[in-house]
Amino acid sequence: MEILSIKNLNKAFGPNKALTDIDLDIPQGVIYGLLGPNGAGKTTLIRIINQIIEADSGDIYFENQILNPNHIGQIGYLPEERGLYKRMKVWDQLIYFARLKGLSASLANERVNFWLDKMDIKNWKDKRIDDLSKGMAQKVQFISTIIHEPKLLILDEPFSGFDPVNADLIKNEILELKQKGITLVLSTHRMESVELLCDHVAMINRSKKILDGKLSEIKQTFRPNEYEVIIRNEDRILPEEWEVKWEDQIATFNIKLRDKTENESLSYLMQFGEILGFSEKIPSMEELFIQQVNLNSDG
Amino acid sequence: MDKIWLVIKREYLSRVQKKSFLLATLLTPLIFPAIMGVFLWIAMDESDNSALRIIEVVDENNMFFIESSDQYAFSYANGDTEYGKNLVKSGDRFGFLYIPKIDLNNPSGIVFYGDSNPSMNFISYLESSLKRRIEEQRLYESGIDPEVISAYRTKVNIRSITLDNSGEEKFTDATVNYAIGFSTGILIYIFIFVYGNQIMHGVIEEKSSRIVEILVSSLKPFQLMMGKIIGIGAVGLTQFLIWMVLISSVSFFVIGYFGMQMPQQQVMEMANPQLTSSINTETPEIAGILEVIKEINFVKLALTFIFYFLGGYLLYGAFFAAIGAAVDAPSEAQQFMLPITIPLLIAYMGLFVFVLNDPNSNVSFWLSIVPFTSPIAMMGRASYGIPLFDLALSMSLLIIGFLFSTWVAGKIYRIGILVHGTKINYKTLWKWVKSG
Repeated sequence: MEILSIKNLNKAFGPNKALTDIDLDIPQGVIYGLLGPNGAGKTTLIRIINQIIEADSGDIYFENQILNPNHIGQIGYLPEERGLYKRMKVWDQLIYFARLKGLSASLANERVNFWLDKMDIKNWKDKRIDDLSKGMAQKVQFISTIIHEPKLLILDEPFSGFDPVNADLIKNEILELKQKGITLVLSTHRMESVELLCDHVAMINRSKKILDGKLSEIKQTFRPNEYEVIIRNEDRILPEEWEVKWEDQIATFNIKLRDKTENESLSYLMQFGEILGFSEKIPSMEELFIQQVNLNSDG
Repeated sequence: MDKIWLVIKREYLSRVQKKSFLLATLLTPLIFPAIMGVFLWIAMDESDNSALRIIEVVDENNMFFIESSDQYAFSYANGDTEYGKNLVKSGDRFGFLYIPKIDLNNPSGIVFYGDSNPSMNFISYLESSLKRRIEEQRLYESGIDPEVISAYRTKVNIRSITLDNSGEEKFTDATVNYAIGFSTGILIYIFIFVYGNQIMHGVIEEKSSRIVEILVSSLKPFQLMMGKIIGIGAVGLTQFLIWMVLISSVSFFVIGYFGMQMPQQQVMEMANPQLTSSINTETPEIAGILEVIKEINFVKLALTFIFYFLGGYLLYGAFFAAIGAAVDAPSEAQQFMLPITIPLLIAYMGLFVFVLNDPNSNVSFWLSIVPFTSPIAMMGRASYGIPLFDLALSMSLLIIGFLFSTWVAGKIYRIGILVHGTKINYKTLWKWVKSG
């Protein structure tokens, strides 16, 4: 089942198209990567989902209902540019955000206590944000995003501004939220986190969606059918077209299989020496991203 | 509605709990009574500590007799100039007044010698005593009895009474009206600027620290804006009410305290208006003012004040919020302040030039009807009693004006808070108002 379904969404700011005919289906319980270069329209899309701005045309369904203000309490949002009231105490701030998301006073108290404990910042609850380190403030910010336990959590560049230790903490927190059945949308251009976390991805470039699907399927679709071969060859004589890299008697090179199967290829290669390695080259998201963006920008 | 209430509560508490709020609220009203207290204290100190000052008089005309007062006594020993000067030098006398033979038509050559510079008050006391004596003497010489003259001296006082169409009579007094219009009008003017600026800075803080994007994912921008405006308005109202209570109670104590120690009539009058009824005949002006004050419907006046106080604040507060949303930093806000400053200045100048001087003129009428100037200008007419039609028209227009300004500001605010790093001008603002 889709938690969020977007149909034919359009948005323009004056003469500039921010989103053109966007269709997206975000399945329940996945981590969904929203990828795209800066200025592609990701933030606009996220703002529309959060009902901060309105689309010009198109429909959004949240759990099969037209998206409406009642859904605000079920969506959590961490913007890329984030902030807190600098002179407000940690506790007051979290309670305020929790109450704004529709939690009752007692439930807000309970949740804030729970998360302060979990994130190990309980001793800081009476401090003002001014007095916290940047990493500490980021934790408070993260808590404020998930304090109302939303069904859908949208994180815009969630790792920017975190040091590696805290980034790891957030990563684990994201995986734990997924375990609980929460759907997460990560908007990012940091591909290593996409590979590590996302089940689904959609790529947006110049206001249009250019790619979407399961991460594994996308990688399958776009694999170049290329293999890396490592062979020990004592004579150091191999066909010239293979562009071989030599290291003593060890040769490393890439081949395309064309119409042969893997086994046929292997038996063919065996005549050139002892095969030490034979593995398919899977494109990294980074390569795919750059390839797709360039492809679309040229055309 | 719940969410607006949460915003109001945060805006209110985060300001009221600040130390600076506590200081400003407690110290400001103490300033006036404190200044008054210091003056009274100095005055009393002087009259307590100074022993009777004796002034030697040498009068070659043998004509002048100056009455002694609480502080000054005059001695006539018929000495000469040297004798008088020596008394001052040796410290036996506070001063020495020398009156040579004078021409009554053109008196000159009168000198006062003192060991220190005498006060203006003292010199004018001497001057008026001598003047009175010379006048009497001259009248006498021209064959008129001074007693007769003083018997004919009359004081005229006009009391003005307004007659309304039901025939009810009401005492009015331009001075009282002026004082009330002046103080309430200025209060509203200051209130709009001080708290309007707080709204603007609050919006800029939320925008520049990017909290606003998180906030508007939880509630509508309009709710956020209204919550802020109402919350800060409540802070202002709280401060104002505390001031009223503090000023009246502290003034009461200061006047009461000094009133006990200082037998002067004026102080007693200030502290206890009932006493003045016994001296009505001697001071008809004060009695008249008291009568006018008695006639003023203070409940109605206070309600009018609170209405225009809040109406003006809400009308302009929305604009302050819109400006805050349109800019990235307070320094950029200056360029958009003109549309707020100009009508407020017109209202302020209009209050002094037209309304307070002639509350019934055409200009005064329009200034107190147009919503952009009415919150300040109407107060200049308030204590006269405003015709019901004028009041109803002005109030309804102010409510419409405030709804309109909030609507316009809401449109600018909604877009402005999400726009960063772009140069905004009036054309852009107009585009925002038209959009959506």
